[in-house]
Amino acid sequence: MTPNPLKKPASQSAFSDHRSTARAGMVFWKTGAAPALVPLRISEKPKVALQGISVTYGVNGSRLLALDNIELKVRAGEFLCIVGPSGCGKSTLLHLIAGLQKPTSGQILVDGQGVEAPGTDRILIFQELGLFPWLTVAENVEFGMKMKNISKAEREEKTHHYLRLVHLAQFKDSYTHQLSGGMRQRVALARALATEPDVLLMDEPFAALDAQTRDLLHDELERIWAETGRTIIFVTHNVREAVRLGDRVVLLTFRPGRVKREFEVELPRPRHLEEVDVARTARAILEDLREEINKSLEAEYEAHR
Amino acid sequence: MRRIGRQVIFYGILFGLWFVLAKLKIWPPYIFPTPWGVAESLGAGFQDHSFWIAIGVSMKRMLLGYGISVMLGMVLGLAVASNKFLEDTIGGLLVSLQSLPSICWLPLAVLWFGLTEKAILFVVVMGSLLSVTIAMEDGRKQMPKIYGMAGRNLGARGFKLFWYVLLPASLPFIVSGLKQGWAFAWRSLISGEMIFVSLGLGQLLMMGRDLNDMSQVIAVMILIIAIGYIVDGLVFKTVERRLQNKWGLAPAT
Repeated sequence: MTPNPLKKPASQSAFSDHRSTARAGMVFWKTGAAPALVPLRISEKPKVALQGISVTYGVNGSRLLALDNIELKVRAGEFLCIVGPSGCGKSTLLHLIAGLQKPTSGQILVDGQGVEAPGTDRILIFQELGLFPWLTVAENVEFGMKMKNISKAEREEKTHHYLRLVHLAQFKDSYTHQLSGGMRQRVALARALATEPDVLLMDEPFAALDAQTRDLLHDELERIWAETGRTIIFVTHNVREAVRLGDRVVLLTFRPGRVKREFEVELPRPRHLEEVDVARTARAILEDLREEINKSLEAEYEAHR
Repeated sequence: MRRIGRQVIFYGILFGLWFVLAKLKIWPPYIFPTPWGVAESLGAGFQDHSFWIAIGVSMKRMLLGYGISVMLGMVLGLAVASNKFLEDTIGGLLVSLQSLPSICWLPLAVLWFGLTEKAILFVVVMGSLLSVTIAMEDGRKQMPKIYGMAGRNLGARGFKLFWYVLLPASLPFIVSGLKQGWAFAWRSLISGEMIFVSLGLGQLLMMGRDLNDMSQVIAVMILIIAIGYIVDGLVFKTVERRLQNKWGLAPAT
């Protein structure tokens, strides 16, 4: 295989031997050396720890086990991606960490402290965004700060800063329904960042976007993550996206959701969706995931019979 | 354009019929008023300021009574919407009370408050409180849950969550209920004002009856319709449209 001419040789060194395995750039259960473009604050102390998390729902009188004994540690400054078929409880997991929902059993620790309620140290970007349509873009972004009683001057300054970070400064007085999908997504990102959370939780944020916009937002998210050093837990059903963005990819099983496998992604950054290494890594994960997707499809057919 | 044309023709025929019947003098004018008599009454009423005073008095009562029921209704509606126990108890009571015409509260109000301002206010409040409460409850339930979650997620709690998130999020859903509440309040007010010398539009109506002055009765009725229409059709419609625009809910036209 010829080396990709677009890539710097330095970033290739660790992964030059593509013949060895389809899983180049991926090491199981091993923390790798820091790649080129990573935040400064990677540490081994877990920022977020899920201990024996289980969630059951009551559905028509019977109990449905949604999440089963999830054990997960997330390092400070890590970009963790969670993938799994629909119905595996990915979103539930984020709601739990955000404190919007309580686990049936188990404990969630953030900096060693148990999570009891929502807190602005963990901000969730919902799949549907949940931007407030009665507020302008700038008012949306400053909302969290307003709730924290931060002074108006400081709010304005930070709002401006974060809107610039997502390239929306000139749209500050627009209403959110006047913006395109990608712009709304960036408003949601700015709103979440403006409350300055340690942990950013993202629930399939780019699922509804066209490919070009999504590529662009991947680049921006990676850049912002590197600049701000936040811990990001990113849920998606798109394995390539997970490999494109994550330091680590956690694969969940279909109902009940369990951690099936964890993959360390040691590809150099910045990455691109169409890179061979990304595709190759994604394919390896996808093979594992396919089994779960089949299970979820089967369950769907069963339900419709 | 065709709609307006039809309306012009319809009202033209109606008015012409009235004019012809009045001209034929089949019934005495205290039973069947003439168009020119009504026009005269309208003119005279505005000229001697009695209509203006009545409108002022009635509107003041309306604003006060309606204001009270919006405030109370908001609290009640939210309480009922957010608490299962209250919903099963008070919620059911409210729905059953709504079938009671508001004028039925009048005897009770007179016994409690006498022939006073308070009695009229009470009837107005009782007339609109229920529909405001039910509208508020519905609005809270129809409101997408995501806003509440997003608000809590961003650190809004308690009163702040209500004031900055839940209330604005449910506004487009409650505005039609507020409109209905206004219409009920307006009806209750006019009925309430009829029972004693209260200086409002309702009393002007009764005065017309007492004096066998059918022209005045019709003139005041036209006035009541006009005010109701202006508030309902213009003020509330505009507010509704503005809200829907701002919330991005407006249907594409």
